[in-house]
Amino acid sequence: MAVEHPPAAAPGDQTRIHNIGYRSYDGPRLGRSYATRSLYSQSLRGAYGLGRSIKSKVLPMLLFAVMCVPAAIMVAVAVATKAHALPVAYTRYAIIMQSVICLYVASQAPQSVSRDLRFKTVPLYFSRPIETADYVRAKYAALASAMFILTAAPLVVLYVGALLAKLDFADQTKGFAEGLVSVALLSLLFAGIGLVIASVTPRRGFGIAAVIAVLIVSYGAVSTLQAIAYNQGSTSAIPWIGLFSPVTLIDGVQSAFLGATPALPGGHGPSTGQGVVYVLLTLGLIAAAYGLLLRRYKKVGL
Amino acid sequence: MPGQLCGLTTGVVRVTIVEGVTVIATESLSKRFPRVTALDRLSVDVGPGVTGLVGANGAGKSTLIKILLGLSPASEGRAEVLGLDVATKGADIRERVGYMPEHDCLPPDVSATEFVVHMARMSGLPPTAARERTADTLRHVGLYEERYRPIGGYSTGMKQRVKLAQALVHDPQLVFLDEPTNGLDPVGRDEMLGLIRRIHTDFGISVLVTSHLLGELERTCDHVVVIDGGKLLRSSSTTDFTQTTTTLAIEVTDSDEHPDGTRAVRETLHARGVEVADGSDGLPGAGHILLLTAQGEETYDLVRDVVADLGLGLVRMEQRRHHISEVFKNEEEQRKEAVGHGS
Ligand SMILES: Nc1ncnc2c1ncn2[C@@H]1O[C@H](COP(=O)(O)OP(=O)(O)O)[C@@H](O)[C@H]1O
Ligand SMILES: [Mg+2]
Repeated sequence: MAVEHPPAAAPGDQTRIHNIGYRSYDGPRLGRSYATRSLYSQSLRGAYGLGRSIKSKVLPMLLFAVMCVPAAIMVAVAVATKAHALPVAYTRYAIIMQSVICLYVASQAPQSVSRDLRFKTVPLYFSRPIETADYVRAKYAALASAMFILTAAPLVVLYVGALLAKLDFADQTKGFAEGLVSVALLSLLFAGIGLVIASVTPRRGFGIAAVIAVLIVSYGAVSTLQAIAYNQGSTSAIPWIGLFSPVTLIDGVQSAFLGATPALPGGHGPSTGQGVVYVLLTLGLIAAAYGLLLRRYKKVGL
Repeated sequence: MPGQLCGLTTGVVRVTIVEGVTVIATESLSKRFPRVTALDRLSVDVGPGVTGLVGANGAGKSTLIKILLGLSPASEGRAEVLGLDVATKGADIRERVGYMPEHDCLPPDVSATEFVVHMARMSGLPPTAARERTADTLRHVGLYEERYRPIGGYSTGMKQRVKLAQALVHDPQLVFLDEPTNGLDPVGRDEMLGLIRRIHTDFGISVLVTSHLLGELERTCDHVVVIDGGKLLRSSSTTDFTQTTTTLAIEVTDSDEHPDGTRAVRETLHARGVEVADGSDGLPGAGHILLLTAQGEETYDLVRDVVADLGLGLVRMEQRRHHISEVFKNEEEQRKEAVGHGS
């Protein structure tokens, strides 16, 4: 077999570059943390369909638009009518739009991890310098970031609009900041729950259904129970029931500490003591999700 | 020039491979799963070049690769890859080696370019270098315009090339190719084997390639390691192997002086210390064929001279290649027998 061993191309000789043989690589190899960051950015882009087929872009982009349009309309109305306040509080926006957020995490968590499992790309990653924990961190951070973009973008629209409408700067900034903290927590919690569920099923359809069930069905069940408790006059039980669904959990945290009005029947928000339980449970769930993901991927191997 | 800026040295093919350096070394390496022993005290040294790892399904080939990548701890024994201990230097090993898994590993909805660039970055290559090396590598494995289309629409052969490209994109010193010819038709198989040969000759990268088909590796590999049930059956260079295993089939005419020419030749050769077997294989009319093991050119000369001295005509003298498996099986049996007799 004739093997081409072309002489080294003269520097600057561009025409040679296309017909020379194999070129070895002597450049930098940036190692594990760079690879982890690359996986993070690839996964974050993937959560909006970037770098994937047109079809994969439709749903996330559509949901992003659906999240932002109401905020834009509210802002337009506030500016036009010279209103003295935005129609909804920053902390309330995500609660109102919860079904859009749930749809997003239900579609993108499986996209992020089930695909790697189903197409067996995971073993390929672990044949690279990264370790299991790097993979989990990159995937978790990417989905949480994608959800933060989804939930914070409309808040930015509201905030910019509020400033354009010349609403009180200090007031608005405080509300905006509280809203950002709340959606950051929500993003971490929802991304964790979504990923844990998606990581146990390589079948994307199951993943989507299971995430929707956990997020939306649990909210429905909790709300119903709270309404029953309210009607029967046992209002003290209402905040405790709220601990059992992710949406009401975030609602409780922000009612207790982030100046939000609780979305509970009769406005029965948690007390400060109960609020601490809410925060601890939220953080505990986020940590548990991370721990479960680590355990899950330890088993994947090759 | 742009190539140099991102660390690509132009046109220099690495031909400087230090002979005699060990690329992979295992020492009494065992891997036990609850129900099976996948590797059983395997000690083998592999040098630079193309090495075939041959064994039936379940022989422990993939298990060995996983251990060598530092992804699965050995139950016992030790192993080094490129001088690095697999137990402690897994990440360093994985930065220097490439891996092509036996199973599918490609997402269907991204293009080959997109995928290989991503895998290059996962190996630590900066973005510009990742893109340049992806373009180069895909061209080297023979993917051109189609590299911008989603992988889902590729043929098996094209998918295997993408899998190979992602294993080579970061210019490793060594690649593990796990059953790269699986699922390919004969033409695709030959093309893949040719590519594997080039990985060493053109790219200067050592290769460990597995197959359960024993025959196909002998053309491609410099060295073949055969394992069975996790045990080393044989490790030898393919040139040795070809010499010791070429069987000569000869057929001679009879003459008045030697009415049974076949028998005369057998006896004469036997007297000269050459074992000759009967090649009849139980087939009628095949009783005139003699089989002997060729040790090199001398054997051919000897046969020619013996036949000429006896005044017989040589009807045929041809090489019969044994299937690798047969040869190894036979040797194994002989060894077992020898051990049995010894005890
Ligand atoms: N993770 C595992 N758990 C249990 N047994 C395994 C595992 N991986 C491989 N084995 C067993 O180890 C043996 C060797 O498998 P493998 O290395 O995949 O063989 P090959 O690649 O040569 O076909 C087989 O009997 C297989 O069933
Ligand atoms: Mg295998």
